[in-house]
Amino acid sequence: MGSIELKNVRKDFGAISVINDVSFKVNDGEFTVFVGPSGCGKSTLLRLIAGLEDISSGNILIDGKDVSNVGPAQRGLAMVFQSYALYPHMTVRNNIAFALKMAKQPKNVIDEKVNKAAAILNLTDYLDRRPRQLSGGQRQRVAIGRAIVREPAAFLFDEPLSNLDAALRVQMRLEIGDLHNNLKTTMTYVTHDQVEAMTMADKIVVLNKGAVAQIGSPLELYNKPNGLFVARFIGSPTMNIVSGPAAAKRNAASIGIRPEHVDFSTSAGEWPGKVRIAEHLGADTFVYVDSDAVGPLTVRLEGEAPVKPGQTVYVTPQENRLHRFDRDGKSMA
Amino acid sequence: MARKVSTSRRVAMSAVAWLVALLIFFPILWMFLTSFKTEADAYAVPPKFLFFHWTTENYVEVQSRVDYVLHAINSIVLAVGANIFGLILAIPAAWSMAFSPTKRTKDLLMWMLSTKMMPGAGVFMAIYFIYLRAHLLDSRWGIGFLLMMVNLPIIVWMLYTYFKEIPVDILEAARMDGASLRNEIIYVLTPMAVPGIASTMLLSVILSWNEAFWTLNLANVNAAPLTNMIASFSSPEGDFWALLSAASVLAIAPILIIGWFSQKQLVRGLTFGAVK
Repeated sequence: MGSIELKNVRKDFGAISVINDVSFKVNDGEFTVFVGPSGCGKSTLLRLIAGLEDISSGNILIDGKDVSNVGPAQRGLAMVFQSYALYPHMTVRNNIAFALKMAKQPKNVIDEKVNKAAAILNLTDYLDRRPRQLSGGQRQRVAIGRAIVREPAAFLFDEPLSNLDAALRVQMRLEIGDLHNNLKTTMTYVTHDQVEAMTMADKIVVLNKGAVAQIGSPLELYNKPNGLFVARFIGSPTMNIVSGPAAAKRNAASIGIRPEHVDFSTSAGEWPGKVRIAEHLGADTFVYVDSDAVGPLTVRLEGEAPVKPGQTVYVTPQENRLHRFDRDGKSMA
Repeated sequence: MARKVSTSRRVAMSAVAWLVALLIFFPILWMFLTSFKTEADAYAVPPKFLFFHWTTENYVEVQSRVDYVLHAINSIVLAVGANIFGLILAIPAAWSMAFSPTKRTKDLLMWMLSTKMMPGAGVFMAIYFIYLRAHLLDSRWGIGFLLMMVNLPIIVWMLYTYFKEIPVDILEAARMDGASLRNEIIYVLTPMAVPGIASTMLLSVILSWNEAFWTLNLANVNAAPLTNMIASFSSPEGDFWALLSAASVLAIAPILIIGWFSQKQLVRGLTFGAVK
């Protein structure tokens, strides 16, 4: 069991408020991702849950029990650090076994648990090596192994994949997903990469300047962002935001349309423009259009579109896919 | 691909390295040779390099005049003792400053180092009288305590810089893993800090071993280390170079042997900060 609940949590460093009145609940077994631009407080939030930082006010509840003043080890959580934070002087076996040794478990139990974790993570052949003899992906697995053996109420991941190269990141993303499906333990994951958030999460908590911007499933955030910040942050390429007459015509301060939700034509349409660059990715083509009427636009076309720089094109937003925002940047119904 | 190094270049580099090494080693070698000469040979002009009458009479003379073993034991006891007690105080101090710094930490470190800028003579009278009243003159405990205090700022400073290099993440991981503060220090911090502690230890031993000002002034016989022994062979009856050399060879022998066996650790310690 491992539900995590935050009630009006604040964290101040001196006069600076890093986390500002954050409340939400992570249900047992859920994969929750904290996402936001750097400096939004997402790592601090995770460290508050872990108990590595003290909260300034509010409460943190794990399985309904207030742990606000409980030390990190007693919270029953396991953390995987961005830097992996493996013990460099210990073998992989001892790295994984450390928490069990600290808990004074009998040796045969420790061996059994370590071997089981190593088997899950394909580390069996590396148990007697030291961290510096391992590749980045293997180190990452050891860090996860160290978390698994503790059978925690919840896993906390602090940007665990940011030190890996792109191919390995995709692979580890899948492995962590598999792990979650197998263990069914609550996982809380911090990333600045919205693609990671979208692909892995059951629930995404978007943070902005220390406060929750929006909470929801990946598709809820994609389809119904509650404001400009989330609209811009979720989705790749970024949503086109247009203000001025085009927005006024639709009774909004600004409107947003995703690159994949426009009609594209070379003969007629609402917003004429010139192609600046066309990126041919094979499955998709991203067309960057400079429009005199509404400014720069990004268009995503399926397949290989025969578009050339300098060409005149017409972009028309799909009305039913339009997002309308008021003057404060909030979504309008 | 690695840069190609021509053979002639390599030979030249080796020659230079040997030259520098010999230059540095020469005084010790000369002292060693002189210690086996008669006083007349020691003064000979031009100097006699290898072809002189080899004799061990200087060593016999040293033995008859002073209790070498006592002074050697004193040197070891003082250096090692000061070192051990110094580390016991310095490790927790450096640990707390490195991992729980406050606004005053930097000031405190600077203040500790600043005490090293004051010449010992400046506080000599005060300490002499304190030791006199406390009956600590010429006692191993007294001198050892002083040597420890003299070196403490450097030990704390060195350990602090080593501890600073240990990633905080790893200590936090240990905390998450349920390690108590004690276990965190024993199982995680200390093993990671061992190279740093080892080189700090070595430096502290060498500094204590070479200390002469305080030992000459506060110790006489019972607690007098080898530095006092060498000093006793200088001035009074004029300069007896061969005899002085024999005393010096005996005095530096232990530290040379220790240094020889720990040079790898020493080099690693001195370059520790640079390579990480």
